[in-house]
Amino acid sequence: MTVASLAISLHQVDKVYANGTVALQGVDLTIPKGEFVSLVGPSGCGKSTVLRLIAGLGEPSEGTIEWGIAKRDRAIAFVFQDAALMPWANVIDNVHLPLKLKGKSLRESRSAIQAALNRVNLQGAEYRYPRQLSGGMKMRVSIARALVTHPSVLLMDEPFGALDEMTRSRLNSDLLHLWEQYHWTVAFVTHNIYEAVYLSNRVVVMAAHPGRVVAEVTIDEPYPRRDEFRTSSAFNHYCREVMAHLTGTGDEFLSAPVG
Amino acid sequence: MVLKASPSSPPSPDAAPPSRRAVPASLAKLGSAEVIAPVIVGGVALVAWEAAVRIFEMPAYLLPGPLLVLQTLIAEWPQLFPSLLVTLQITVVAFIAATVSGLLIAIVFTQSKWIERSFFPYAVILQTTPIVAIAPLIIIWLKNSTFAALVVCAWIVAFFPIVSNTTLGLNSADHTLKNLFHLYGASRWQTLWYLRLPSALPYFLGGLRISGGLALIGAVVAEFVAGTGGARSGLAYQILMSSYNLQIPRMFAALALTTVLGVLIFVGLTVVSDRLLRHWHESAVQREN
Repeated sequence: MTVASLAISLHQVDKVYANGTVALQGVDLTIPKGEFVSLVGPSGCGKSTVLRLIAGLGEPSEGTIEWGIAKRDRAIAFVFQDAALMPWANVIDNVHLPLKLKGKSLRESRSAIQAALNRVNLQGAEYRYPRQLSGGMKMRVSIARALVTHPSVLLMDEPFGALDEMTRSRLNSDLLHLWEQYHWTVAFVTHNIYEAVYLSNRVVVMAAHPGRVVAEVTIDEPYPRRDEFRTSSAFNHYCREVMAHLTGTGDEFLSAPVG
Repeated sequence: MVLKASPSSPPSPDAAPPSRRAVPASLAKLGSAEVIAPVIVGGVALVAWEAAVRIFEMPAYLLPGPLLVLQTLIAEWPQLFPSLLVTLQITVVAFIAATVSGLLIAIVFTQSKWIERSFFPYAVILQTTPIVAIAPLIIIWLKNSTFAALVVCAWIVAFFPIVSNTTLGLNSADHTLKNLFHLYGASRWQTLWYLRLPSALPYFLGGLRISGGLALIGAVVAEFVAGTGGARSGLAYQILMSSYNLQIPRMFAALALTTVLGVLIFVGLTVVSDRLLRHWHESAVQREN
């Protein structure tokens, strides 16, 4: 990889919280432009903290975060685990939010909002309120809100963690399809190994106490990835490899089936 | 179908609001058992009261029957109605003052933890001081305008629930949404306007419903203390004078007017609250189960 293709690079990043908790210790992580990187690991391994630091929601205690993207071109979008929609606003107004905060009126933003909603298949739900939407639809709104700013970097913190398996795999395919079109740089946090392997160029395995990177597994499978990939022997091989690194961390993955 | 938006609803604005809620919940319920049951209870109680007064031949100066109270109300309407307007005026002015000041104070509180910590205890002290005890002082201080003095008394009673509730509401904005606003570079003003104030709305409206009744109570208590006569005397003065003159039916009539006014204020604010929250807040959403 050349220097120019680098999007985000963490060097020896530590994060210690005010109460003394060491969330991250000596984390090195490079994410090239346009790559889909997943972070997997047990609870408390600091994978969400990595995303928050990249997003600028907090500063590293030690170490540096370098960007290969100029600040003004650095459009970051964050998708949280809970859809984080404003309950008092309908779908249109929720998706409008990032543009509204940049001072763009609803009239100016209208076509961008509609395009974002079309991309996540939410046509027809424009005037519904969040309480009238299913969990999967709320997450689609949340993704549409991220897309409406035309981000170059997409940070996703267990976005599908609260969804049922059917909805999750459907949204995985849709997300991958969008990524192939738009070539965002994606950092995707999950505790689902299958999801990580199916989506990513590279899976970064983390361990807890203190939070650190223990392994990186490159998923050498071309895109577009079809559903058959999920049942192939190559897929199983990658899952076992990730699992092996995780079990080395000696945590909940030993006892609980993942999925 | 969970994954896709239902294709049956066309993306037109008319399809937007759920049509099943054309009227606020509070009005839609008028014909339901929830309303009829307490009306029957009230009716039975009034009949029993009237019957008891007649059977035991209660003198009207001890306990008038409801019919006599109603007759008195109609007969005394020319005197009572202007008093009702005076009390209503004090209540409304105090309530508006409490709403505006309460909201502004709550916003100032939430802009800085230190301001909140420094001043909130004094709001509590103002709230816990018995209004009957300080009303004479306020009336002396503002001796040039009794109206202003009465408004100040009613305001003191009414503003605390709004400050307290709105402060709570402004501080209860969803943490993830706050992060999102930060991430998209929202200014303090934008975060207040688009996130904190809408989050606080249900709390603020809850505060309003409490304060509406309290403003009336504050006005009546202050009128009692002030005891003003003349053209600008409120309902409390009518209650007081009627009891001095042993015009007990007239006292009951004035009392009934006060109560009806309080109920109307509460119902009005409830309707407003339901209207504003009906799309999204649990308290105003009708559910099938």
